[in-house]
Amino acid sequence: MALLEVKELGITFGGLKAVDNLNLSLEKGDLYGLIGPNGAGKTTAFNLLTGVYKPTNGSFVFDGVNLVGKKPADISKMGIARTFQNIRLFGNLSVIDNVKIGLHNQIKYSTFSGIFKLSNYFKKEKKFEEEALRLLKVFDIDKDADTLAKNLPYGKQRKLEIVRAMATNPKLLLLDEPAAGMNPNETIELMNTIRYIRENFDLTILLIEHDMKLVSGICEKLTVLNFGTVLAQGETSQVLNDPEVIKAYIGE
Amino acid sequence: MSNIKLKLKPNTKNNFITYAIMLALFLSVQVLDLTGSLSSLFKGLLVPICMYVILAVSLNLVVGILGELSLGHAGFMCVGAYVSAFFSVAFKEVITADWLRLIIAILMGGLSAAFVGLIIGIPVLRLKGDYLAIVTLAFGEIIKNLANIFYIGVDSKGIHVSTSSVDDLNLLPDGKAILKGSLGISGTPKDSNFILGFILVVITVVVCLNLINSRTGRAVMAIRDNRIAAESIGINVTKYKLLIFSISAFFAGIAGVLYSHNLSSLTATTKNFGYNMSIMILVLVVLGGIGSIRGSIISAVILTVLPESLRVLKDYRMLIYAIVLIVLMIANNNEKTQIIKDKLSIKNFIKNRKNAKMSIKEGD
Ligand SMILES: Nc1ncnc2c1ncn2[C@@H]1O[C@H](COP(=O)(O)OP(=O)(O)OP(=O)(O)O)[C@@H](O)[C@H]1O
Ligand SMILES: [Mg+2]
Repeated sequence: MALLEVKELGITFGGLKAVDNLNLSLEKGDLYGLIGPNGAGKTTAFNLLTGVYKPTNGSFVFDGVNLVGKKPADISKMGIARTFQNIRLFGNLSVIDNVKIGLHNQIKYSTFSGIFKLSNYFKKEKKFEEEALRLLKVFDIDKDADTLAKNLPYGKQRKLEIVRAMATNPKLLLLDEPAAGMNPNETIELMNTIRYIRENFDLTILLIEHDMKLVSGICEKLTVLNFGTVLAQGETSQVLNDPEVIKAYIGE
Repeated sequence: MSNIKLKLKPNTKNNFITYAIMLALFLSVQVLDLTGSLSSLFKGLLVPICMYVILAVSLNLVVGILGELSLGHAGFMCVGAYVSAFFSVAFKEVITADWLRLIIAILMGGLSAAFVGLIIGIPVLRLKGDYLAIVTLAFGEIIKNLANIFYIGVDSKGIHVSTSSVDDLNLLPDGKAILKGSLGISGTPKDSNFILGFILVVITVVVCLNLINSRTGRAVMAIRDNRIAAESIGINVTKYKLLIFSISAFFAGIAGVLYSHNLSSLTATTKNFGYNMSIMILVLVVLGGIGSIRGSIISAVILTVLPESLRVLKDYRMLIYAIVLIVLMIANNNEKTQIIKDKLSIKNFIKNRKNAKMSIKEGD
């Protein structure tokens, strides 16, 4: 059974069909790309899958559960994590605290033990610290652990968003333009990291990206959106050579 | 491993400084008192100072940590003051151990305020920003006005409530009217003193600082910094908002207990439980620095002592007070003073030196 099965998903904003009749099937372990021109509805699709918007049509089933109508927090608990196109970090908190917040539902102790510093507090806080540092190391930003998130350079902010999403221990990771604003070297490094986390964290990844080098470099399958509808779908090389797709991109 | 220890330090050190300041303030008051150099005027300010510190610190939880503007803090204080005073008067003869009655009164004041905070929070916390501020202000006023409407008495048959007059309570001869409408509650035992106030301040500060540095505190600050991201990570926004709102109201209620047990008669006016008071508490929070518990403590102490110290100025007192307040606010909010503060802070000095060294090492 597919990990994520999207069926005829659609949403309308005051007459505008931002996403229309989207069908998508992700197998466990897929590294899948969602591409398309500006305004095609890619981010809106992510917002539907994470419960930020409620679909006007269709459904999506994740891990055997229909998630339509579920709240973002519950969808996160089900195992879908995401990053944002417009970075949304907890800017006034340190880098490591951002990751610790990502670990919120992985490591738990009560507010009561926190207020009265019971032994559970120390035990679990140590775990928070170790786990957060371990994740930061994977992305090579552990040296910035004490920096405020808002003071990080742009590329590192993007990375931190991925680390924070990873901290929720997701089965499916949605990345919205992870390479935006990165230089070519950073992009290559990012591609390696994405491959690495897919292998080592047992992840399925769906990513939105405009950088075609990244898309053709790491995505095995693609869906192309244009004006909310699916223009092409399938193996990466096949899709990228589709005349319709080329037309949509050059036609911009 | 040694790395981890280093990283826990900044918070712990910061909190330690806060506790040290509190201890220093407490000891200096004790020394001044022992040497007889405290004027009776200043002695009278000690309990109010503790009360304002508790109010400012607890409001800072909502304003600074949760990032929501609440203007109803005095309303929660009102609840704590009335409930605890009612209890203490009703049980003055029943519970003869003063300390036991006082502890129960404190808990009742805090818990009743927290409960009201929860009930008000459920509809109100859906609103944001200015809307939330205005609605909390309105709720605060409602609470204050309700306190003026009710007549409540007790007799051997139980509790009697009326909204018109004492006579309407139809009390048996063994009963007594405790809450008398706009006349309030009189005969509250004068249990408040500086030591009690200081203990309550310590409890408030310890609880708030520990809360901020816990898993819960991080979740709340995440909501403050970016609600959508916090939700996407699986944080239950409503739950944490209500929790912080109630904890904040709990301590406002405790400040109310301190207030009502410092006076023999309690009435609700605009000055003590109205929006004037709520705004005054907000001023303390803003002046001390939004989100800074230590700042709230210091500004509450200074702004309570200041108007009294200005008494020599007679008619010009409140004018000078207002001017000082404006100057302090501007100075505190000024970029240049921020830069000077940063330069003066030892922590940054060390950090800058470390950074300078690192950039030499890694610079390419
Ligand atoms: N909340 C909303 N209300 C109204 N219209 C919206 C809303 N969100 C998105 N849209 C519209 O839906 C369309 C798709 O937007 P979306 O952000 O999904 O595009 P995108 O494919 O992510 O584009 P880009 O590559 O520029 O990020 C756009 O026309 C946008 O204006
Ligand atoms: Mg987008």
